[in-house]
Amino acid sequence: MSWVGHYNYWVAIFLMMSGFYVVISRGNLIKKLIGLNVFSTSVFLLYISMGKIFGGTAPIINEHSQKFQLFSNPIPHVLILTAIVVGVATTAVGLALTVRINERYGTIEEDEIRAKDDSL
Amino acid sequence: MSHLPILQVIIPLLAAPLCIVFNNRRIAWFVALCATWASFGVSLLIAQQVLQSGALSYDIGGWPAPWGIDYYVDSLNAFVLLIVTGISALALPYANRSVEQEIDPRSQPYFYSLLLVCLAGLLGISITGDAFNMYVFLELSSLSSYALIGMGPRRRALTAAYQYLVMGTIGATFILIGIGLLYSLTGSLNIQDISYQLHANNIIGSGNRTLLTAFAFITVGLSLKLALFPLHLWLPNAYTYAPSVITIFLASTATKVAIYMLLRFCYCVVGSESIFQLTLGQIVLLPSLAAIIVSSVVAIFQYDIKRMLAYSSIAQIGYITLGLSMSNHSGLSAAILHMFNHALMKGLLFMTMGAVSYSVGSVYLTDFRGLGRRMPFTMGAFIVGGLSLMGIPMTAGFVSKWMLVQAAIELGWWDVVILILIGSLLAVIYIWRVVETAYFNPLLELEEEEIGEAPLSLLIPMWLMVIANIYFGINSAIPVEFAQQAATLLLGGM
Repeated sequence: MSWVGHYNYWVAIFLMMSGFYVVISRGNLIKKLIGLNVFSTSVFLLYISMGKIFGGTAPIINEHSQKFQLFSNPIPHVLILTAIVVGVATTAVGLALTVRINERYGTIEEDEIRAKDDSL
Repeated sequence: MSHLPILQVIIPLLAAPLCIVFNNRRIAWFVALCATWASFGVSLLIAQQVLQSGALSYDIGGWPAPWGIDYYVDSLNAFVLLIVTGISALALPYANRSVEQEIDPRSQPYFYSLLLVCLAGLLGISITGDAFNMYVFLELSSLSSYALIGMGPRRRALTAAYQYLVMGTIGATFILIGIGLLYSLTGSLNIQDISYQLHANNIIGSGNRTLLTAFAFITVGLSLKLALFPLHLWLPNAYTYAPSVITIFLASTATKVAIYMLLRFCYCVVGSESIFQLTLGQIVLLPSLAAIIVSSVVAIFQYDIKRMLAYSSIAQIGYITLGLSMSNHSGLSAAILHMFNHALMKGLLFMTMGAVSYSVGSVYLTDFRGLGRRMPFTMGAFIVGGLSLMGIPMTAGFVSKWMLVQAAIELGWWDVVILILIGSLLAVIYIWRVVETAYFNPLLELEEEEIGEAPLSLLIPMWLMVIANIYFGINSAIPVEFAQQAATLLLGGM
C-alpha cells in the first residue's frame, strides 16, 4: 500500500535517475543540458510532494477559518519557486556556454571537441 | 542593533550592477576595488565583535529567527568571512593589469560585476544561518563562477566552464535534496532550529533513515563542490583555463566556503556526539588520504604549472578534510587553520602564475627557463609560496601541517602521519621542478628576448601575500586562536 501511496516519490526518483543517466551517457552538450534539466525538475516534484496533503487546502484565514483544519504547507512550494529560477539561470548559462563553444570549436559533440583540443 | 552582518553581503551585491551601469572598465574596476575593501573592513569589524562579545545574530526584515532568515556569525564563519574578503581585497588591486591583458575590453565591466556577485554569494553562504538561503547563495556564487571561468583567454576555458557547470549543478541539486529532506523531518530551515528539533524529538538517537539519506545527499553534493578526491574532475581544467585573477580568487575562497558548509552541516546540525559523526569521519578519511597522495603524484607529471598547482590544491583540500575526519579538537583546529593557510599560499602561488603569464604569455614548464634572473621578485614569491606549501618552518603552511600531524599522533594514527609526510615530500618534488627550471636551466643565446619583471601593481599584492605567509608562519597566534575557538564551538554544538 505504502509503495503505491508514494508513487509521486517513485516518479521523482525515476526522473532523477533518467536525467542523471542522460547527463552521463550523452556526448552532445545540448542533450546533456536537457538531462540536467530533467534531473533538477525531479527535485521540484520531490519538494512539492512533500508539502501536499490529500484534501489539504491553501492555508488562508477567513471568518470560517475553522473549516480549513487540513492545509498544505506552502513553504516547499515557495522554496521550489526559487529553485526553478535558479534552474532557469543555470540553463541559460549552460546554453550561452554551448553557443560560445560552438563558435570557437564549430561543434557541440564532446568527442569532437576533445579531438580538436588534443590535436593542438 | 548593528547592521554589519547584512552590510557584508549587500555591499558587493549592490556594487555589482553599478559596474555595468557605468560601463567603463576603469570605473568598474574602481567600484569593485572599493566594494571589496569595504567588505574587508566590515568583516574585520565583525570578527572583532565576535571575538569580544560572542556570536552575532541579525534577523532580516525584523522577522525573528525560526521563521525569518537570520544571519548568524560565530567565530567559525567570522574566520571564513575574513579569508574570503581578505583574499578578494588583495586580488582586486592585482586584477587591474591582469584583466586588462586577458579579457576583451568590452566584457571587463561584466567581469567585475560577476566577480562581485560571486563574492556576494560566497559571503552569503558563510554568513547565513538558513539552510535554503545557503543553497541560493551557493548557486549565486557558482553561476557567476561558471561565467567567469568561461571568460578565460583560451577556448578550452569554455569546455572547462561547461564541465564545471554540469558537475556543480548536480552537486547543488544533491544539496537541495538534502535540505528538503531535513525540512520534511523538522519543518524548519534555520540551521540552529533544525539542530534543536532533531535533538528535541530524538530523531538523531533513533537512527532515522531520512536523516541518514539527507546527510548522504548533502555530503556528496558538498564533496562535489569542494572537490574531494574522486569528485574533483572539474577542478584542474577550471583552475587552469580561468583568467588568472579568477583562479586566485576561486582557488583560495570557493572550495574553502564549501568546506565551511560541510563543517556547518556535519557539526552544527547533527552535533558531534551522534553516530553519524563516526561514519562521516570514516567516509571522508579514505578520499582525503587518496587526495593527498594521488593528486600530489599527478601534480609531479604536469607540464602546465597552473594545472600542477590545481592538482596540488586537491591534495591540500585532502589535508583539510583529513583534519575534519579526525573529528577531535586538534584535528578540527588544524583543518580550520589550514583553510586559512591554504588560501594564503595558493593565493600567492596563483598570483605568481598570473604574473608569469602576464610577462611571458603562458605558464608551461619550459617558459620558466631563466625566469629566476628575469623575474627575480616573482620567482622569489613563488619560492616562498612553495616553501609554505611544503610546510617548511617559518611559513604559514608549517603551522597547520604541524597541528595536523600532532592531531594524528594524538589519535595514534601513525600510518596517517607517514602519509602526511609523504604528501609534503611529493610537494617538494613538484615545486622543485619549477624552481630548478627557473634558476638552473639557462636560456640559449638565441632565445634571449626581452622579458621583464611583472608590473608593480601585480608585485605589490603578491609580496603582501608573501609577507602574510611568513608573518602567520612566525606569529600564528591570531589564526590559531580563531581556529581553536571555532573547533571548540563545533564540538560543543551550537
